[in-house]
Amino acid sequence: MIDSIKGWFNSFLNMFFKTKGDIKLGLYGPPNSGKTTLANKICKDWLGQEMGSISNVAHETREIQIKEQISMKSKDGKKELFFNLVDTPGIATKIDYEDFLKFGMSERKAKKRAKEATKGVIDAIKWLDDMDAVLVVLDSTQDPYSQVNITIIGNLAARNIPVLIVGNKSDLKRSNIKKVQAAFPQYEVMGISAKYGRNVKKMYEKLFKLVG
Amino acid sequence: MVTLQFIPYTEIEALSSVGRIRKLLNIAKKNKIVLLQGRLSKDEETELIKTTMEEINKEFRGIELAVIDPSQSETLEGFAKVKNDFFSLFLGNRSGFTVIGPASVVKSIKKNPDKIELLTMNKRRRSKKK
Repeated sequence: MIDSIKGWFNSFLNMFFKTKGDIKLGLYGPPNSGKTTLANKICKDWLGQEMGSISNVAHETREIQIKEQISMKSKDGKKELFFNLVDTPGIATKIDYEDFLKFGMSERKAKKRAKEATKGVIDAIKWLDDMDAVLVVLDSTQDPYSQVNITIIGNLAARNIPVLIVGNKSDLKRSNIKKVQAAFPQYEVMGISAKYGRNVKKMYEKLFKLVG
Repeated sequence: MVTLQFIPYTEIEALSSVGRIRKLLNIAKKNKIVLLQGRLSKDEETELIKTTMEEINKEFRGIELAVIDPSQSETLEGFAKVKNDFFSLFLGNRSGFTVIGPASVVKSIKKNPDKIELLTMNKRRRSKKK
């Protein structure tokens, strides 16, 4: 109840004190769901440059990354959307440095990565309050019922932050967009492949509806 | 051996959010699986993740978390939902339950809307690695 009141109050203040150029669009989701791949695709499409490095090893993004003043045009070219894109580290409930050792990392490097990753999760959570809209990026080949997904989305709803859920990696055989849709029936869920750009243009149109 | 510790909602009811998180995390850090009656608020769940991250070290690798809450089910509609929301407002969220397992004991929790599966760690294999 208090969360909802807080959310409505923040939205009310934003109506008066924020210009469209100030919109912060966050990319949230569990580790390795393809947030940075999607951030790179968005930045390449609209700025002509990539945002961050990607890897098969989880927790590659361990710091908040921001690309400011991205200008996106609607399909018909009549509308324009200015926003700052915030790529966040994957939110997890556990981080074990031994998991990184399996990828041939030295123990020292693995421990360092684990330490940075824990800080990254804390920062991502702290930034939740600053977002104006969020793209929740889920790996559509994985179980969508994970509590981390539910907690992130529940928190965004409590803060009244507009959310679009994308089931990424739709190019893979194991992808199951219907399962993601079934897990979050009250939200709009669309399948995309950030890597190959599948459905990304449709996602841009949805973004216009979400924050435009 | 896996130890499950049941925490009735009355045990956390009077505690502050920080107190609740502290209590639950302290149990998990003793390598016990917490079975909490009811659930934490959304903010408390996020705070639990944040605090867990702050406390990760060589011994404590984090938690596995799952909430089963029938009151959030899509099938609960109309008067039943209003009744549930009304009681939750005054009595706290006692419906359903929350499972918090230390990552060193619980490998993963698979959750379908009405079923929960705990996959525990093979201790022998893990200790061999050390």
